[in-house]
Formats: sequence, structure tokens, C-alpha cells
Amino acid sequence: MPNYRNIKEKLIELLLSTASITALLILIGIFVFLFITGIRTFTEISPTEFFLGNEWNPTAYGEPKWGILSLVIGTIIVTFGSLVIAIPLGIASAVYLSEIAKPKIRETIKPVIEMIAGIPSVVLGLIGILFLSPLIAKIFGLSSGLNAFTSSIIVGVMVLPTIISISEDVLTSLPNEFRESSLALGATKWQMIRMTLLPAALSGIVAAIMLGLGRAVGETMGVLMVAGNSRAMPISFFDPIRPMTANIAIEIKEVVKGSLHYEALFAIGLVLFVMTFVVNFISDIIIEKQVRKYKW
Amino acid sequence: MRYIYLIAVLFLVVVSVGCINQSRITGEVIKNIEDIEIKGSDTLLQLVSNSAEAYSEVNPTARISVTGGGSGGGIAALINGEIDIADASRPIKEKELKQAEERGIKPWEFIIARDMLSVTVNENNPISKLTVEQVSSIYKGEITNWKEVGGKDQKITLYGRQSTSGTYVFFMEEIVKGDYSAKMRNMEGNQAILDAVKQDQTGIGYVGIGYIVDEKGNHVSGIKIIKIAKDEDSVYVSPLEESKHSEYPLSRPLFQYLAKKPVKDSPIYNFLIFELSNEGQQIVKKSGFVPITADDMKYNEELLDKI
Repeated sequence: MPNYRNIKEKLIELLLSTASITALLILIGIFVFLFITGIRTFTEISPTEFFLGNEWNPTAYGEPKWGILSLVIGTIIVTFGSLVIAIPLGIASAVYLSEIAKPKIRETIKPVIEMIAGIPSVVLGLIGILFLSPLIAKIFGLSSGLNAFTSSIIVGVMVLPTIISISEDVLTSLPNEFRESSLALGATKWQMIRMTLLPAALSGIVAAIMLGLGRAVGETMGVLMVAGNSRAMPISFFDPIRPMTANIAIEIKEVVKGSLHYEALFAIGLVLFVMTFVVNFISDIIIEKQVRKYKW
Repeated sequence: MRYIYLIAVLFLVVVSVGCINQSRITGEVIKNIEDIEIKGSDTLLQLVSNSAEAYSEVNPTARISVTGGGSGGGIAALINGEIDIADASRPIKEKELKQAEERGIKPWEFIIARDMLSVTVNENNPISKLTVEQVSSIYKGEITNWKEVGGKDQKITLYGRQSTSGTYVFFMEEIVKGDYSAKMRNMEGNQAILDAVKQDQTGIGYVGIGYIVDEKGNHVSGIKIIKIAKDEDSVYVSPLEESKHSEYPLSRPLFQYLAKKPVKDSPIYNFLIFELSNEGQQIVKKSGFVPITADDMKYNEELLDKI
């Protein structure tokens, strides 16, 4: 039945293309919705007040304040802090798993690490609020452990599996000739890792970090529970913070649809979207460059 | 190929039978079960859940769902037309009334219990009494060290609720009478504030009385409840002294807002009457809160007479 086979081919093609177009349409739809709702904010709040005002207080006693600067800084601090913790730990474990660990050890550790990714962030938040934050308060002599530092650790733990498993995959997929030729030239194992493997895998490792960064920026629940959520501009790592995601999650519950506060929260969402978009865009460029450099 | 057709036909048959069944079942459900959706104040959450549970025992067909999320969240959901009753630990705001009216909703306000909002510190803090003005200055961030109110030389750490909370708004408008210090840590609920104050020697927080008193009237350990006076010349009253409740400056009514005028003998009406009955007020007491006063009852009855 050649005719029938043709129809089947066409049908499957149609099905697949519809699927991918649907995905595209959903993404465009989300962006348009976010944009249209968020942009209305600026008919009532000037962009300068919104982006440069450092006080956010829509339910103030007096005049409401609509500056998101301290929220943006909160997000940046917790993202930066979590990456400072997760990058060295993540890359080191990836190198250990792919180059040093015996196969048996790798087979046990890798699934365990991937299981961390499966822990719901609320659970990590609970551990943070009940166990980690009192501990941090004690160690550093603070009155309260609900601050940027504690949230960085919690988010760092969440980001870790992403960075480890992608970096490890990239390192493992490097051709064996790289290792053999390095060793043949008299390099030690450490020299081989440092001077051949890591540079060759850089693009993949950067991609892993960028994915982790995206997760850190967007993380909500775990952060909300341990960040302290103060509105004040954070000055140090031991100050409480109120990242954009936490702010949206907290306040969306009380807003009436269509009110200025509602639209302003969507505007924050739009800022968040643009931030992650830029991160992804930059990582794409980096990966592109690296791929061209190390074509094998 | 024939099999595929067969399967497709079978599938269609099963699905359509399922649909018919489904609609018949849901039809019956709507007839018998009295659904009431309640949402709002976290302060009221435990109390209203207890009332709903007791009411369901007497009326097995009643299905009442009670969720928290803050008074602001409850009132917003009421305005958005998502729920039947909003719990609130603060009166509805002018702005919210206007938004409700624009959407054709005229909320009905009933007082179902009273709260003695309690200011608490860590048990190791030597401070035991404050005036309303001192509490206000502390929360505005004007007083930042405990020694300024006669305590140790320690910085004060402020704990408060999120802006979605009715307690946050009530405390801001009635006690602080100004903006909270931006350094205040915003916690997710009454319990989170209590836990933080228990761990923090320098902390101060405010919670509904139901969260510090257990069924036997003992207050939870690890914290100290501050006596409050209206001004320096007034007596300092603890929220735990039942005989002096009328003098306590942080006494407040706890409300339920109905989305519309309730129909007599409708599930919502019956549940409301139950909450206001002697039995209902006993549950209020058991949950750690304070029964409504005679004046509150008079206010409620005047409204009920209009139904």
C-alpha cells in the first residue's frame, strides 16, 4: 500500500510541525500577555520611578512607592551568591566524576546528585528556615539567619545538580584522543585536566553555569522562605533581601485583577523575563564561539 | 488496520459513556452537597477551620473549604468572584469596596470573633511592658536599640507579616500610624513570626492571640507577651487578662465578608448563624480567641434582621 504509506508520512510530518509551532505560539503568547499587562504600568508610574526608585511599598501607610531597584539587587545578590557556591563545587565534582572516580563510585554518586534536583524547593526552604538559618545566626553571631547568605546556600544547592550533571556529560563526551595525546606528551593527570580537558569542555561548562544561573534567577519558594523579605536596600550578604520572584509570589495573592498593583507585578515579571532572556542570549553567543574554536 | 478502527470505535464508546456517567454523577452532587468556599486571614484560619469541622459533623452534607493566604488575598478573591466568604482580620478598605462595586459585588460584613493582637519578644528579653507610642516608634524604625526603652544594649530586629496580611494592615493603621521600617523582616504567617522570635534574642513580633494560647489557656514557651498601655498614664494590660480585655489597646474585631446578601436558610446563612451561636463562640474560645462582645452581637443582629 504505497499510497497509504505516503499519507502516513504526511500525517506524521503535520503532527510534528504542529507540535513545534504550538510550543512557539505558547512562548509568544506568554510574552505578549506579559508585555501588554506589564507595559500598562507605565501609564501611571514613570519608568524612572519604577527602575531607579529604591523603595517598593504599594500598600504604604501614605503614598505608595513603586521602585524596584532593591528587588532587582536582591535577585542579583542571591544569584551571584548561589553561583559562587555552586560553580567551584559543581565543576570540581564533575571533574572528579568523569576523570578520577572509579566507574562503580560514579554509578552510585551520579544518580544521588541527580536526585537532589528532584527535591521540591519548599522542602529545601523548610530545612533552611528550621535548621540552616538558626545555625548561620549562631556561627556568625547574627540576630537572625534569614538573609541573603542563607538563601544563597539554599539556591546554590538547587543549582548544583544542573551544573554537575551537564558539566560531567560534556567532559565524558570529549574524545579519548585528547586524554591519550596529553598523557603521551608527558602531562600529569592534573595537567591533562587543567590544560586540555577543561578548556575543551569550556563551552559546555559555560552552558551548564548559564542554565544554573537561569534557575537561580527564577527560583521562588526556597528563597521566599529564608530571605527575610525586607524592603530595605541590602548592603551586605547578611542583610535580608526581597528578590523579584519572592515579591511577585507574595503580593499576587492580594491584588485585584486589573489594578495598578496587579499590572506592576506583571511589569516585574517582564523585567525578570528580559533578564533571563539576556542571560540565555549571552550564553548562546559564548557557546557558538567556543564551538567554532574547538571543532573536532 | 481493522484493529485500529475497532480500538478507535471502542475508545469513543468508552469516552462517551464516561461523559454521560460523569454528568449524571455531578448532577447529583450539586443537588445534595452544600459547597462553601472560604478564604482569607491566616489569623482566622485555624478558628474557621475548627468551626467548619464542627458544623460538618452536625450537617454531613455541608462541604466547606477553608484556606488562608491573608486577609488581602481573601478580599481580593471575594472581589474577583472566586469565593463565597472572605475571612479578614481588618475592615475592608474604601478602595476595595469601590473595586467590589465596580464588579457588582456588595460585601456583607459580620463580626465573628475578637482578637487581642499580642506583641511578643524573646523570653530572655528583660522588657515586659511598652506603650503604644513606643511600639509605634520601634516599628517605624525610630527606636532601633532595646536600651532606648529600658532594655539591654542590643539592636532591635523587627518581625512583621506580609502586606497581604490583615494583621499587617491593622497594626500599621491602628498602632504604627505610619510606614513600617523597611528593615522589618516580612514573615509568611503568625507561626513563622513566633518561631523567629523564639530564636532571636533581639526580636519583636506581633501575632493573633490564638497563636500564643493553647486550649488550656497556657501560653507557648520561648516567648514573652508584652503588656501594653495606651499612653504613659494608663495601666499596662496583658492580652491574657480576661477581665481587662476592654482596656487592651490592640483589641480588634475579626470579620467575615459575604459576597452578597445571604438567602435565609441557605448553606452560607446557616453556617454564619452557627458561628455566631453559643456553640460557635465556644469554638472561638477553644481556638484561643475571644468571643464577640454584646455590642458586636447587636451589630450582627441588626444586619441579620435585614435578611
